[in-house]
Amino acid sequence: MIRVVLPAHLRTLAHVDGEVKLDVEGQATQRAILDALEARYPMLRGTIRDHVTHQRRAFVRVFACGQDLSHESPDAPLPAAVAMGAEPFLVVGAMAGG
Amino acid sequence: MSEVRVLVGTRKGAFVLTSDGKRERWDVGGPYFGGWEIYHVKGSPADPNRLYASQSSSWFGQVIQRSNDGGKTWEPVGNRFVYDGVPGTHQWYDGTPHPWEFARVWHLEPSLTDPDAVYAGVEDAALFRSADGGQTWQELPGLRRHGSASSWQPGAGGMCLHTILLDPSDPGRIFIAISAAGVFRTDDAGTTWRPINRGLRSEQIPDPTAEVGHCVHRIAMHRSRPNVLFMQKHWDVMRSDDAGESWREVSGHLPTDFGFPIDVHAHEPDTIYVVPIKSDSEHYPPEGKLRVYRSRTGGHEWEALTNGLPQRDCYVNVLRDAMAVDALDPCGVYFGTTGGQVYVSADAGDSWAPIVRDLPSVVSVEVQTLP
Repeated sequence: MIRVVLPAHLRTLAHVDGEVKLDVEGQATQRAILDALEARYPMLRGTIRDHVTHQRRAFVRVFACGQDLSHESPDAPLPAAVAMGAEPFLVVGAMAGG
Repeated sequence: MSEVRVLVGTRKGAFVLTSDGKRERWDVGGPYFGGWEIYHVKGSPADPNRLYASQSSSWFGQVIQRSNDGGKTWEPVGNRFVYDGVPGTHQWYDGTPHPWEFARVWHLEPSLTDPDAVYAGVEDAALFRSADGGQTWQELPGLRRHGSASSWQPGAGGMCLHTILLDPSDPGRIFIAISAAGVFRTDDAGTTWRPINRGLRSEQIPDPTAEVGHCVHRIAMHRSRPNVLFMQKHWDVMRSDDAGESWREVSGHLPTDFGFPIDVHAHEPDTIYVVPIKSDSEHYPPEGKLRVYRSRTGGHEWEALTNGLPQRDCYVNVLRDAMAVDALDPCGVYFGTTGGQVYVSADAGDSWAPIVRDLPSVVSVEVQTLP
């Protein structure tokens, strides 16, 4: 079970409270988590990453275990603590003013 | 008694303002989608309970919302706006080629007859259509593939397709306007397009009378007379009596002919409204006086409408999609400002009153007249 924390605006859009818990098949990677997230909440498609290229949106960051993983490969294995559900995978709106 | 429902898009959410036909007392609903930029909200002429809203943010991109109950509840629908084929390039601000990149939906124009059909004008400029209530979107690529498209350049607000006019007498005819390319028309429901900018003159471009490249801010028509178009250009108020084949200036003695919105009275096709703005670098009214100007002669002759509007120290702007009229008699006229006020005139502009004063900066205003 992987725990995902969404920013407030995306929680509102997806009608979820608190953390999202996802079963992710295979290795826990950013791509696998976002694939599972978008499959359960189709309204989030395009809000975190591009529909076609799957490139992360410029003002979205992903953190876990106190690290910024935004620039890691989307196919890189995530820390074991995330894969085991001990630590959440955070999707964060960048501090970009406003 | 009739009702009016005013759909307001702001920089930080949508609001729905409702009143009876007197248009004196108002209920304010919202904010909906708080914190998001709402570029446009519009209802279907075929089913007034069907609304579409363009919701976007720099962080999370584009969302399209749909309501089936007049704005009480909303559901996100499709937001996949993908250009058809290889997008190609247009000119960037510095004149270099720049790839077409989707940024946001500026304007949603529901079909006149089918609540599930809706057009979307987007930045970078292109026209999309949905036939399933916004679930899926397909580009009408003939516009973006027009031979001039590689020379189109963004205006200061981006290269947006901001106006869509559907001809009520001819389902195949659509007018669109792009900043800063100009007006285009299709007569075959969007398959092919041609620029219709003859008569426009823009000193800010190398060839002031070029076929494309004009910064058209808004065009408007009266549904009873779809061959007559009115335009607020970057500078100049223009009129066409031949469906855009040719344009002539009707700015008359306006204090400035710069501005953004233009609209037509619901029952008088020659009565039009503009909001003169001082200049393209000073986006506020001249002399600090917020004045709507009305022409009852289709241009040239204008009168200032000031009763109820601030006549000192007013430095707000009125954006291109932020004026609308209702269908009551007398005709109601509405506009929203970048200062967060939404004004109504229930007597065709003779007098004005604020419905709300302190919304976020207003981007768009639409009105529905309900039985």
